[in-house]
Amino acid sequence: MSEKSNKFVIAVYVENKYGVLTRVTSMFTRRGFNIDSLTVGVTESPEYSRITITMSGDGYARAQMINQLRKLFNVKKVELLEDVDAIERELVLVKIKNNPDNHQRVLSALDIFKAKIINYSVEALCIEVTGTPDKIDALIEMIKPLGIIELCRTGIVALQKGGGSIMESEDVN
Amino acid sequence: MKLTGAQIVVETLIEQGVTDVFGYPGGQVLNLYDAIYEAGDRINHILTAHEQGAAHAADGYSRATGKVGVVIATSGPGATNLVTGIATAMLDSVPMVAITGNVPQDLIGRDSFQEIDITGITLPITKHNYFIHDVNKLADKIREAFRIAKSGRPGPVLIDIPKDIQTAVGEYEPRPVDPPFPQREPSRARIAEAAALIDSRSRPFIHIGGGVIGSQTEELVLELADKIDAVIGCSLMGLSAIPTDHPRFLGMQGMHGHYASSVASNDADLIIAIGTRFSDRATGNKAKFAQRAKIIHIDADFAEISKNITANVGVCGDISVALREIIDAVHEANHMDWMDHVEDLRDREAGFTVDEPGVLTPLKVMNTINKYKTAYTPVATDVGQHQMWAAQYIKFQRPRKMISSGGLGTMGFGMGAAIGAAVGTGEHTVLVTGDGSFGMNLNELCTAVTYRVPLTIVLINNGVLGMVRQWQTLFFNHHYADTNLERKTDFVKLADAFGARGVVAKTPEEFEEAFERSMRSDGVTLIDCRIDKDEFVLPMLPPGGAIDDIITVKKGE
Repeated sequence: MSEKSNKFVIAVYVENKYGVLTRVTSMFTRRGFNIDSLTVGVTESPEYSRITITMSGDGYARAQMINQLRKLFNVKKVELLEDVDAIERELVLVKIKNNPDNHQRVLSALDIFKAKIINYSVEALCIEVTGTPDKIDALIEMIKPLGIIELCRTGIVALQKGGGSIMESEDVN
Repeated sequence: MKLTGAQIVVETLIEQGVTDVFGYPGGQVLNLYDAIYEAGDRINHILTAHEQGAAHAADGYSRATGKVGVVIATSGPGATNLVTGIATAMLDSVPMVAITGNVPQDLIGRDSFQEIDITGITLPITKHNYFIHDVNKLADKIREAFRIAKSGRPGPVLIDIPKDIQTAVGEYEPRPVDPPFPQREPSRARIAEAAALIDSRSRPFIHIGGGVIGSQTEELVLELADKIDAVIGCSLMGLSAIPTDHPRFLGMQGMHGHYASSVASNDADLIIAIGTRFSDRATGNKAKFAQRAKIIHIDADFAEISKNITANVGVCGDISVALREIIDAVHEANHMDWMDHVEDLRDREAGFTVDEPGVLTPLKVMNTINKYKTAYTPVATDVGQHQMWAAQYIKFQRPRKMISSGGLGTMGFGMGAAIGAAVGTGEHTVLVTGDGSFGMNLNELCTAVTYRVPLTIVLINNGVLGMVRQWQTLFFNHHYADTNLERKTDFVKLADAFGARGVVAKTPEEFEEAFERSMRSDGVTLIDCRIDKDEFVLPMLPPGGAIDDIITVKKGE
């Protein structure tokens, strides 16, 4: 992610309970935050879910977002993942028109991006790519002229580099 | 021991020290009300006319006593009627627990009769909320709700209990009340920075909010002010924390604040903000607020630091600990020039107050209230011009005596809040209201009469929605769009119909006689004060304006 875009990634550990995701997203609406992507899933400990949020904003928005998240009662950990310290990945599924004229161009694009064909039919083929959000953007740009039927991005998941864990950071409440 | 969910609710409330609850029964809280009925000798339930009144009463009870206010309502409309009351408590950081019934869990999600997702509705207006799924966790959830409501920066918590949980049998054992969650220790480094900054400045101004009352740090604020030779101003929520006549106190700042207080905060070279969020009503145009000043912000809520006004030093955590450590770290100071300047401002301010002799004006009403109320009298208000006149002119001697909706600005807050304050303190309570606000929830007159609440209602009756009308006069070319009420309400007959006493006051003498008599009685009296519709609340800092735009005299008169 470029610095210009002002994007940042926040990892949040929340209690894996009824209504917690709503609580988090309701706060965004209330405070006027617009998020770019949000992913959520279970973690190494079943009592927690990990939410990864990508949003844009200046230092003020960043600080407010983190502080307001920390105030929520089911939120246990909040960590800002700085670009240099974080590994970010996203997965995309793209359904492309299966057109004999396109074939060679599709295959070379798949090769460049190390994409896999995961479903093949007469009308369409479905590919899967994993990578940084920039790589996904570039792939989509490249295959757009070939006829995308639909696509689905997971949103970003991210971990900090090295041996550390968000669980080692201070509890918020 | 084995109890039903409904009994567990009542036992846990009693265990938490609750003696009074406000509410309104209904289909999905029948079991809960049955348990309240059976525990009638241990818990006092006050039935209001409307759930909104009950929510404001629980809020007023809490503001006046410092205890957690409790309100109960049924599902659906009962629950939605609480919403304004809960939001009012949220915006003013009032500890409150709202308990609602809901349809049995097997009917949830089917749009059943009187089913509503009240936890969803109240997500952004509660500090936290719960939907109870398991009767065996009910007591602990209620305990946690009380703990959250009163810890750190207080706020309302809602517990939604479906009917099948109220009827189910679960395990209950009484437990001692948990102390509030420990607050974070204010950072040593920040305390040192704050102290150094204070020592380096010569025109200090302490700006306090409701957080000072909540944290009971009024004495510490005065100690700090004395040591560093500072003056003190406040937000609406900070009123009554410092005695009005205290020599260091300049009064409320902001849109309708005291002239000396607003100007001094602008002239200061240091603002120490304590337990306040720098609301737009207190600061005016933020870009032009106190431009010469460095800002130290002390608050229990870390998210408030630099949210509205960027702080040079932010100290978060326990306000009493932070103040104690700052007081010990700073050097004693004398700022003669600054005090002289503040005295000049006060002299100028004194010249602004003009009061027409012989006419019943808001100022005379408030001065008469001051004459007959005691240091312990809670003064509740509604929202509008009368609220600002009360904020400007009522003299307070003790904290928790100003009961007013600051953040949400809820018209209709006053009746319920006054009842709650009177029930909580046992003191004869004064409600200052306006004909607009009173019209919103005057149904609670029946509650005050039924429960023999000692209450004097001072109705500032100008026949108009005065605050909005004032803006129309100033900013909308006198277009009085729907602010001239032209109602035919006879407030004396209205009071009479509810079983209260009603009096009209057209002159200062009539008001004094009626007020003095009312304050000696234990009943409910409504005094219909006839005030000129063109009275203005002054001074006024126009919206988005800075201190130079302050309006101190009414133009075009």
